[in-house]
Amino acid sequence: MADTRTPLIEVRDLKRYFNVGGNKILKAVDGISLDIYKGETLGLVGESGCGKSTFGRTLMHLYEATGGTITYDGKPINSKMSAKERFEMTSRMQMIFQDPYSSLNPRMKVMDIIAEGIDAHGLAKNREERKQIVNGLLQTVGLTAEHAGRFPHEFSGGQRQRVGIARALAVNPEFIVADEPISALDVSIQAQVINLLKRLQRERGLTFLFIAHDLSMVRHISDRIGVMYLGSLVELAETEELFAHPMHPYTQALLSAIPEPNPDEERSRQRIMLEGTLPNPVNLKDECKFCSRCPSVGQDCHGVIPPLVEITPGHWVACQKCK
Amino acid sequence: MSMKYDTLSPDLFEPAIVQEDEKEKIAAPHLNAFQDAWIRLRKNKAAVISMVVIAIILLFAIFAPMLSSYNYRATDYNNIYLKPCLEHPFGTDKYGRDLWVRCWMGTRISLLIGVFAAMLDLFIGVTYGAISALVGGKVDSVMQRVIEVLVGVPSLIVIILLMMLMPAGLGTIAVAMAITGWIGMARLVRAEILKLKSSEYVQAAILLGTSQGKIITKHLIPNTVGVIVINTMFTIPSAVFTEAYLSFIGLGLQEPNASLGVLINNGYSVLQSYPHALVFPAVIIVLIMVCFSIFGDGLRDALDPKMRK
Amino acid sequence: MKKLLEVNNLTVEIHTDHGTVYACRGVSFDLNEDETLCIVGESGSGKSITVKGIMRLLPKTAKIVEGSVMFEGRDLTKVPEKEMLSLRGSDISMIFQDPMTSLNPTMTVGDQIMEVLKEHKKEMSKQQRKARTLELIELVGINNPETRFRQYPHQLSGGMRQRIVIAMALACDPKILIADEPTTALDVTIQAQILDLMREIQKKSHTAIILITHNLGVVANMADRVGVMYGGKLVETANVRELFFHMEHPYTKGLLASIPKKGVKEELRSIPGSPPDLMAPPKGCPFAARCEYTMKVCQQYLPELTEIAPDHRCACWLLDERAAKMRQEVR
Repeated sequence: MADTRTPLIEVRDLKRYFNVGGNKILKAVDGISLDIYKGETLGLVGESGCGKSTFGRTLMHLYEATGGTITYDGKPINSKMSAKERFEMTSRMQMIFQDPYSSLNPRMKVMDIIAEGIDAHGLAKNREERKQIVNGLLQTVGLTAEHAGRFPHEFSGGQRQRVGIARALAVNPEFIVADEPISALDVSIQAQVINLLKRLQRERGLTFLFIAHDLSMVRHISDRIGVMYLGSLVELAETEELFAHPMHPYTQALLSAIPEPNPDEERSRQRIMLEGTLPNPVNLKDECKFCSRCPSVGQDCHGVIPPLVEITPGHWVACQKCK
Repeated sequence: MSMKYDTLSPDLFEPAIVQEDEKEKIAAPHLNAFQDAWIRLRKNKAAVISMVVIAIILLFAIFAPMLSSYNYRATDYNNIYLKPCLEHPFGTDKYGRDLWVRCWMGTRISLLIGVFAAMLDLFIGVTYGAISALVGGKVDSVMQRVIEVLVGVPSLIVIILLMMLMPAGLGTIAVAMAITGWIGMARLVRAEILKLKSSEYVQAAILLGTSQGKIITKHLIPNTVGVIVINTMFTIPSAVFTEAYLSFIGLGLQEPNASLGVLINNGYSVLQSYPHALVFPAVIIVLIMVCFSIFGDGLRDALDPKMRK
Repeated sequence: MKKLLEVNNLTVEIHTDHGTVYACRGVSFDLNEDETLCIVGESGSGKSITVKGIMRLLPKTAKIVEGSVMFEGRDLTKVPEKEMLSLRGSDISMIFQDPMTSLNPTMTVGDQIMEVLKEHKKEMSKQQRKARTLELIELVGINNPETRFRQYPHQLSGGMRQRIVIAMALACDPKILIADEPTTALDVTIQAQILDLMREIQKKSHTAIILITHNLGVVANMADRVGVMYGGKLVETANVRELFFHMEHPYTKGLLASIPKKGVKEELRSIPGSPPDLMAPPKGCPFAARCEYTMKVCQQYLPELTEIAPDHRCACWLLDERAAKMRQEVR
């Protein structure tokens, strides 16, 4: 079913390793393959340190990939791109950052922050037009022209995040990586940003890679969800399918740990408690990375890296036990 | 509701008109980074006092020699070692030269050397540090090894050697001090730029296709100005002190030129009989050192973006 | 149920370079024995400052200007600092969001727990202290207490550190445990473990807990009673079921509506706008500028917390009988 749609981005066996001194290698992204289809929102979840942000940044070519390929609309994204190709890509792919405080230059006015892409790509003929585009973008994200002359430190977290979104929109991208765009925001503000992103997707046909650790929000915004654990994709499925039939033991534990805002349900439900915490991600053995904490670990789990297998149509799992 | 509101008119319970833009209103006054820093600096009493003292010293250093009827080199053997009096506020020295004029002339020279040395530090340090951080890779490695070697060389010996080789004078002292003085600035600027280069707003700029040149002028430079200014504020007094130190051990400026170091050296030799010859230049140099340090500290607190949220 | 802590009209002001922040504006609530009270609110709503005011752990620039905190017949806002020192950690202890701020990186975790005991339980011998420490480490669900005893904070994971901090807080069997966003910095699976642990401990030791959080899921999981704070004021308090199923304040409603429901893909009901600037708090209801049902009275007069059902109090003008017309529009 998913195969009939056209993938906008094809990622094959993507690897990004960091050398953390001596012979120690941190495999932040370790062989991830997935497709992102045009117009969809792919959610990527996992605990802190699982490499989901690194994946997003490698996709944007902020980090050089250690191995594997990324293809965007038929064109490869790698270090062999010419400066012109790279520049062209900047108007097609954009990113929204996690921290609304450190992602805006404190010495620039909001007008100039948002206009950065407009200037770089020469999208405005003169100052008047530039101002108009910026004001339009401010309105799109629910701010007013009055805000253009202010500095970032005068804004609240939610307002800053919307400025960051306006900056990304300025170049009319078709694909946006949103790297934990709401985790630094308050609950009522999170909903504003999520609604804004959904509306933008509807109006502009955007494709999103939505990276987050808050599963309930990811569930709300995503069409499909990928679950990452220590650099590997362990499960990938359509949102409701994933929530209804989680197959990987890690996904099951993760879903059962989300606190539900309903006291009756919350107190009656059974949780799958994971023993221990994330193992040290440096120099891991070549086997299923979840072995050390898996409640249903067996003999055959050690020594092999389980491949990502399509169990039911569109539902991919990387686990020896789920076949 | 309690009794005290029982008298409220029912009209008040009609729907109110809420201005749409009221919801996104920013109540705080409109401030740019400079005004914000100024407000913070103004609260720091010690820094403000230091700033005023520095300003007064500067004014005297510029105008006192001009307005006095005495020349700082003119001798008057009839009036040697006069106590401070109306005619000679700081007294006179062993050749009967007016110490009021000599002190302020010395302050002027010392500050000139300090500022000149600080500017050299600034220029070399910022350029070196910026290139090292911006180019990165092998160039950065080599440049950092060079710095490490230079740090190992004792700066005083280099300065003394240079002073012996070059003609004595104002410029020589400043250059000699700058030879090793820029290293601190270079390291600071490099560290700051490296930090900024990995910041999210610079990454965003890269992703937006902003050119390297614009990233430097729009993002990196404006955000390093703070540390550069603060560091310069600390370089000036230390250069003033180094000059005084060199002059005191006889390597700096020579008579009849005046600098605070020369004056202190002269005053020191007659300390027991004519203490005024030492006290005035010593007080001025102490004021310069202390005030620049306190002001620099205040400036750092005021400009530190971590304090701003 | 016996009242353990009574907070009355607590008012805290913070003096900053740009003016005074009215962070906590007359907050009153009670804490009963053996219960968990959750305080929810957004950042800047004053929830953290309120509990820091109770503990007298305010930053230097902040001051309690009014109100009282009654604990065992004493007003904690007035007792001398020395007495407060012995109270903190023994009768009332506190856990912070970032465990690293409460742990000394140069001491082993065992020594740090022993230090607390040494401070507050002077009668204990060294052996007793050590035995108690090992017992505590085991109590917070850490295996191999002997090994962990000798480890330094940096050798432990975030969840483990938070457990150690909890062990320190529990060392002297406090009557009240105040936890300020104890799980915010942790991952969901670890959060579930820590919350579980806190509930276990409460069952065993009957400690009353004040839990500050912004996560309504955590509230649903932990709370017996809930207080909702907005703009430095407590706007609604109720027991947990009442709050989740019969909330009255438009802010509480908005907050609950802004979290996504299972399987519902419709637009979330967000609360437009941003929280008020507490440097210049609005004259009337703090929520008036963002509320859907604002009346003229809301902009001018501050509503008071009024009892609307047993154990359910709410501060909103909509509950006044004169607002009947407006109330019909409320969804």
